[in-house]
Amino acid sequence: MARISLVVNGSPVTASIDPRTLLVQFLREHLKLTGTHVGCDTSQCGACVVHLDGRAVKSCTTLAVMADGMSVTTIEGLAPEGAPLHPMQAAFREHHGLQCGFCTPGMIMTAVDMVRRKGPDLDDHTIREELEGNLCRCTGYQNIVRSIAAGARAMADAGQA
Amino acid sequence: MYAFKYHRPATVRHAANLLQKNEDAKLIAGGHTLVPVMKQRLAAPPHLVDLSRIAGLDQIEIKGRSLVIGATAKHADVAASAVVGEAIPALAELAGLIGDPAVRHKGTLGGSIANNDPTADYPAACLALDATIVTNKRRLKAEAFFQGLFTTALEPDEIIVRVAFPLPKKAAYVKFRNQASRYALVGVFVARRPSEVRVAVTGAGADGVFRVTAFEEALKQRFSSKVLDGLTVSAEGLNSDLHGSAEYRAHLIGVLSRRAVDAANNRT
Repeated sequence: MARISLVVNGSPVTASIDPRTLLVQFLREHLKLTGTHVGCDTSQCGACVVHLDGRAVKSCTTLAVMADGMSVTTIEGLAPEGAPLHPMQAAFREHHGLQCGFCTPGMIMTAVDMVRRKGPDLDDHTIREELEGNLCRCTGYQNIVRSIAAGARAMADAGQA
Repeated sequence: MYAFKYHRPATVRHAANLLQKNEDAKLIAGGHTLVPVMKQRLAAPPHLVDLSRIAGLDQIEIKGRSLVIGATAKHADVAASAVVGEAIPALAELAGLIGDPAVRHKGTLGGSIANNDPTADYPAACLALDATIVTNKRRLKAEAFFQGLFTTALEPDEIIVRVAFPLPKKAAYVKFRNQASRYALVGVFVARRPSEVRVAVTGAGADGVFRVTAFEEALKQRFSSKVLDGLTVSAEGLNSDLHGSAEYRAHLIGVLSRRAVDAANNRT
């Protein structure tokens, strides 16, 4: 067993885990944060994307033990319970950026990371290129692209980009 | 995934000791090659030695006439580095074409070349730029380092510390991606160096990365894509799979080489 201490969605967490525990398993099964999904389990689909020290990573291909001492943000951490949705979440709702919703947490975490790196003025081409590690099997991406462009502007308006 | 013991050394020396003490121990940094194969139970190392917290191992700097990149530098950092963008823009572009944004936040230069996947991008850059791979024990030229499919000159307790890329006069990397995996179906790195031209190909060779000497000689006479017209590469020894036949890959090597030369010449 390995002892790890990290910050998850702003709260310190300490746990004793088997070193082979994946970060996504740790989040879902140990912390019951089931907003982060396992889709392909092979780092292709992006349903498991979370932020590790502020950068988007695929938590199905990250060992939890390697996140020791780091800070993790999951979809649950974007807007605290009961608070208004994060501007990117609100944009996905407003623009129908989801159908079944399975890929949505990863899409939104990737989108927020995209704004961090590329700024709030995202053209369609940039958004599509940047989404290459996130798969959606329902929407055909049109509304996801629209949601991200709107969400990015809304983040800027809210002073979050 | 099978169970393993996890180690997180603070220095390269300590990491090397752990490798010596524990037979079949594996190094991990970004984990984006090793974790998937461990999940599939294709690898079951009893010990994992994590290099990702060794201070200074991800440094990027110019030293003399070389760009020196630390082994644990992540693809995203190489792609976004102003130092790399200024010194060898082709290398920054190559790093930005690996995987997807989340993968680039984890994957490392050292991991890519130590694995020597025949479809990985960095080996082509190392070979074309005549890079020197510096380990905890010695310095190896790329030519001697890459030894075939998933095979390198690395000894069991040897650790890549950094890679020194001599600055070329011009260079470009052009990659034809597999749409699903984003690995190179074929990738060509062309470098015009002070004394020679090198054309290195990844994704195509059954033995991994290789040079196209016929193209290099023609380009040394005149560095223009026109001199490659009429020159072809034999399909012999090239990969053939459901993504493309050996003949198709041979054709792509010619096309991508011309594009890479044009891209290198068009760089302002």
